[in-house]
Amino acid sequence: MGEFLIGHYSYWLTIALICVGLYGILFKRNLVKKAIGLSILQSAIILFWVSIATKWDATVPVRDPGIPTADVANYLNPLPHTLMLTAIVVGVATLGVGFALLIAIWNRYKTLDETEILNKIQ
Amino acid sequence: MSISQLPIIIPFVFLVWALLIPLVGFWKSRLSQPLALIGSGLSAGFSIYGFISQIGMDPIRYRFGGWEPPIGIEFVYDGLSSFIVMVINVVAFFVLMHSKHVSQAELKGKEMPFFALAMLMMLGLNGIVLTGDLFNLFVFLEISSLSAYALLSIGRPAAPFAAFRYLIIGTVGGSFYLLGVGFLYTVTGTLNIIDMKAMLPQFAMQPAVVTGLILITVGMGIKAALYPMHGWLPDVYTNANSTASALVAPIGTKVAAYVLIRVLLMMFGIDLMDAVVPLSTIIGVLASAGIIYGSILVIRQTDLKRMLAYSSVSQIGYILLGMSLANPIGFVGAVLHVLNHAVMKGCLFLVSGNIEFREGHTDVTRFDKSYSKKYPWTMMSFTIAAISMIGLPPLAGFFSKWYLAMGTVQNGDWLFLAVILVSSLLNAVYFFRIIENVYLTKSDASTEYNEVPASMLIPTIVLAIALLVIGLANAWIVSTILPMYG
Repeated sequence: MGEFLIGHYSYWLTIALICVGLYGILFKRNLVKKAIGLSILQSAIILFWVSIATKWDATVPVRDPGIPTADVANYLNPLPHTLMLTAIVVGVATLGVGFALLIAIWNRYKTLDETEILNKIQ
Repeated sequence: MSISQLPIIIPFVFLVWALLIPLVGFWKSRLSQPLALIGSGLSAGFSIYGFISQIGMDPIRYRFGGWEPPIGIEFVYDGLSSFIVMVINVVAFFVLMHSKHVSQAELKGKEMPFFALAMLMMLGLNGIVLTGDLFNLFVFLEISSLSAYALLSIGRPAAPFAAFRYLIIGTVGGSFYLLGVGFLYTVTGTLNIIDMKAMLPQFAMQPAVVTGLILITVGMGIKAALYPMHGWLPDVYTNANSTASALVAPIGTKVAAYVLIRVLLMMFGIDLMDAVVPLSTIIGVLASAGIIYGSILVIRQTDLKRMLAYSSVSQIGYILLGMSLANPIGFVGAVLHVLNHAVMKGCLFLVSGNIEFREGHTDVTRFDKSYSKKYPWTMMSFTIAAISMIGLPPLAGFFSKWYLAMGTVQNGDWLFLAVILVSSLLNAVYFFRIIENVYLTKSDASTEYNEVPASMLIPTIVLAIALLVIGLANAWIVSTILPMYG
């Protein structure tokens, strides 16, 4: 049991981060905090992808003449890392669009509190 | 030009135009709309040509950089994807044609970024449909979503707030999808859809596969506005400018529904889908709940755009209900409804754009007989599209509902059959109410002929006539859709 908990520590961390992110999105009334929650959720998923690339006793995926490439168990899986570079860019772009919208919302309502904005719309 | 290059040419036109429009637009902003029209016209032409040449042929698998799948990324141009690509590009072409005067009225000074983003969104949507790689699909999904958030944030005063909420919910959907793909990748070690389809049967009972399946369904369900994950949709469509809502509403959610068809029905297959969790039944029940919920909420609305938005929730239910039946007839109904609903909803949103352009409002309680005198052609198109939405023959809407109903009969799901019939009655209630207002309610207002300019009228009428043509040519269309199953 203890080994199960410790052996999967990166997954526990990911689960905790996903929960923090979803909590921020669902329960925070401030729109900037929602955007922060979103960013945490995306980072958690990126961490999940990075952690599934790891192998025991393997090294970074850069070719080393001393380590034979014939056995893939010697190297980490580089594919998730490269995919996550794209996902990081997507996350940055999402935050960029989100903050641009927040500026438009602020200019119109002079507040970023969801309840106050909903009151002002009605 | 060889047909084997078509899968890349269609999205590439949009990519080039997304870069060309800012270059030309800085110099002359009013050239943006004609340019966008040319770009989408080219793509629409290519995709019609591609669809017709594709009938009865083997799928084209376009390999990027010559890398063999599953190592490389590929575009798969088969019957289903060529069909959906044709539908979205042709509808987008007519919406962009309609946007000439609307964009001058509603997007003053923002034409260049607006049309560049519209091209980028179309690139993303085409990419989603064509790609044969699950991670590539995520990237295209985010390209199209990010452009859509920006497009939809221009409009009525509440538009940025509605778009921000859509951004939060939509990105959560995209993230869930990515997480689900991650789960599948840990088990199979591949991201290629065809390759994964071959590998999945041996891993079907593993918890990671089931978790990934559910996460992908939830993620794409949010993007497709599957009940109860539709919360973002009504506000967004109501507040956005006419062009953006007419562009996103007919094709945005359809593409997400297409991904669900592609991943659940084609990649997993009905047996694996239901192996541990009865997912097809769950989707069917949720879709039915969405159909009824959307239809009832439409009746309570007074704003035409908000009515159309709620009706989108119920119409996406039909498509996913057809998918969840998982028999060939239900599948035909679902795919035919993607086409019909894209044309119907496109036509109805163009009508609401016409009314807003001339009258400055879309409140149906203020519609009266003078509207049918002032805008005879717009109102005729509205009537055709509305009757098609209700599902009366020989208009297109009847046939997709017919196949959906036949599909439920084949499975013996009498409850789903009842849902389809009841929702048609509800549709009749809310559309006949407007038609009655427009043709029968007395009015003292001026009845002088005041139809919108030809650039707005032609796309509206063409889409309305297309409904009749699709209805009449329905036997041929079904005979080309049927082989796409399995």
